[in-house]
Amino acid sequence: MSAILDTPVIDQSAPPLQAKREATIVVAGNPNAGKTSLFNSLTGLRQKVANYPGVTVESKMGQWTLSPELPPARLIDLPGLYSLAATSLDEEIARDILLGRGPTSMSADAIVVVVDATNMVRNLYLAMQLIETKQPIIIALTMFDLAERSNLKIDVEKLSDLLGVPVVPVVAKQRRGLEDLAKAVRSTIDRGRATSVVPLADGKDDHERQSKLIKRYALIERIVSDAVDATNEGKHSVSERIDRVVTHKIFGPLVLIVVMLLVFQAIFSWASLPMSLIDNVFSALGDAVRAHLPAGIFTDLLTDGIIAGVGGVLAFLPQILLLFLFISILEDSGYMARAAFLMDRLMRAVGLHGKAFVPLLSSFACAVPGIMATRTIENPKDRIATIMIAPFMSCSARLPVYTLMIAAFFSGRKVLGVISLGAVIILAMYILGIAVAIVVAWILKHTILNAPPPPFVMELPPYRIPDFGNVGHALFSRCSIFLKRAGTVILAISILLWALMAFPRAGSGPSGPDGDKVAQIENSFAGRAGRLIEPAIKPLGFDWKIGIGLIASFAARETIISTLSIVYNVGESPDNKSSLVDALRNAKRTDGSPLWTPLVGMSLMIFFLLACQCMSTVAIVRRETNSWRWPIFMVGYMFVLAYVASFITYQGGHLLGFS
Amino acid sequence: MTLDTIPKDVNARVASVEMNGAHGLRLMEMGLVPGAPVRVVKAAPLGDPIQVCIRNYHLALRRVEAQSIEVTLGE
Repeated sequence: MSAILDTPVIDQSAPPLQAKREATIVVAGNPNAGKTSLFNSLTGLRQKVANYPGVTVESKMGQWTLSPELPPARLIDLPGLYSLAATSLDEEIARDILLGRGPTSMSADAIVVVVDATNMVRNLYLAMQLIETKQPIIIALTMFDLAERSNLKIDVEKLSDLLGVPVVPVVAKQRRGLEDLAKAVRSTIDRGRATSVVPLADGKDDHERQSKLIKRYALIERIVSDAVDATNEGKHSVSERIDRVVTHKIFGPLVLIVVMLLVFQAIFSWASLPMSLIDNVFSALGDAVRAHLPAGIFTDLLTDGIIAGVGGVLAFLPQILLLFLFISILEDSGYMARAAFLMDRLMRAVGLHGKAFVPLLSSFACAVPGIMATRTIENPKDRIATIMIAPFMSCSARLPVYTLMIAAFFSGRKVLGVISLGAVIILAMYILGIAVAIVVAWILKHTILNAPPPPFVMELPPYRIPDFGNVGHALFSRCSIFLKRAGTVILAISILLWALMAFPRAGSGPSGPDGDKVAQIENSFAGRAGRLIEPAIKPLGFDWKIGIGLIASFAARETIISTLSIVYNVGESPDNKSSLVDALRNAKRTDGSPLWTPLVGMSLMIFFLLACQCMSTVAIVRRETNSWRWPIFMVGYMFVLAYVASFITYQGGHLLGFS
Repeated sequence: MTLDTIPKDVNARVASVEMNGAHGLRLMEMGLVPGAPVRVVKAAPLGDPIQVCIRNYHLALRRVEAQSIEVTLGE
């Protein structure tokens, strides 16, 4: 049978590959079609994550050896897309590159279109659009083993004839068909590059577009019914049977809760050992440097600024690794789409998308990976709204602050005789954070981020056993992004904060006993700033010493503990919490009244809950939104909220007679 | 009859998609074109969204969207 479609227009003058030119090949396909597995199998470890110029969507690039005598080709993994009529940022970028409108460095010599053999009709829709643009196309038929097992008999040769492009069945995990794919790509490229991309003739109005779309589907159906012999129609799939439990009216939410608890437990308890290990290594490193270098400003910068700052960042790595391990497994297995399916109705009440649930859940551990996880949300306004409220989820860095305040002012008290007051307060903090997030999300979605709700049209992919190669790749790229991008900004701010506490120098030696340290801090820019802001924070119940803590804790919330330790001169060893508690209880105002009262503690906790005191979050929001506008807005509005809430707490508490 | 009103596990076919603009096109691009067999699998625990089986794969969509998809019952 002859090809239904014309062969591509080819440019014979394009230099053949033998000319040692590096070929560029892009991989495109529907989400969940096995694109990433194929990309990983083709490139192995020779890949890196890069950002598309000017936008925040990542592209993965790797090297693919087409044949031993040629230089390896550049392989670009595009974000998944269903159609060239793009509806999300991810899809727009993929479309532009596929239509030759992307950066010239990404113009392709050939396009490998990944088509899921078990879901051929819908997957071929994108392939058909691309074939119509008459570019050099090769179809990689993935999940071929699954298709064989479910008795789909695919006549690959006939399919290739009917489509007019090479079709190569592959099983990425078992490395089946990869050689054939390389061969097909090579001969396609050797035939020359397309002179130009033929624009899609989809028509101008809805009616024309729809009729074109229907014709395209009719053609695909004809081709598939000619080339595929399907005998398993109507059978309920394994996934559907799993879904009977996982999205069941009662068991579904229960499973979701158990999964959430497991993730939480992992992040809180399993991560604590490597976290303290990293902490210890860095403080040992700092001590070693201090012992071997002459005391002086340079040593201080190295130990207090750089080593402490970098250590503070690395300490978050175990939590981020664990969280992404779980997210990758849940995503790869197909569960994530089910979680969004279960939660969509609740999230919609706030104006958000079901897919916002996972990033928000992650943010209870740490907002940084949570914000990175918002990428799955297609609508940019929904995504920004989710990013803006993620820091209200009470993250693990707030816990040390809560526990210090509770140890100092609320310990030993019971509610209803059995429950400790501390636990109730911590729970209240979590609930308050969620409540504020809901209100803010609602307001944002009805004002500056107002947009018609995008349709919730989401594929529920079949359950699959996660591929640990893919999970490993995903983990590695997440971590390197975190370390590289956020790390540089965090390092810079650590040095800045150190400088604010270290300059101008106090009269005596730079790193003498703790007494000098107190004098140093009082005299430093940070100390002066503390005094400067004292009038502003007095209505919240804070004095200038707490002010220094607030300024220092902009870097990271838990910094306030080490800062208060220095300010109250109780040394810096980690087991001095009790002495810090005593120091707080004994601290007096100038009029002799106690400075720290339960009400001040409460006000401080609420301030820490609501203010965005986390430069890692600021750095990651800058990176994820690709502008300074959103991080500045976030810091600003969260600060105002924190101030107002603390003000109400302290002043209101006073009026009600609390102290 | 629209997709949000038919009972679950009953075979039906898409008659038309009554939604304009990019969103309507997206529904059709996902395979909901006139003549395509479709089956409602279930609703989420809170009643919305719903899960349908179309072209051998599963798709979740909200009732608002399902309302704009006209279907006819039977094979």
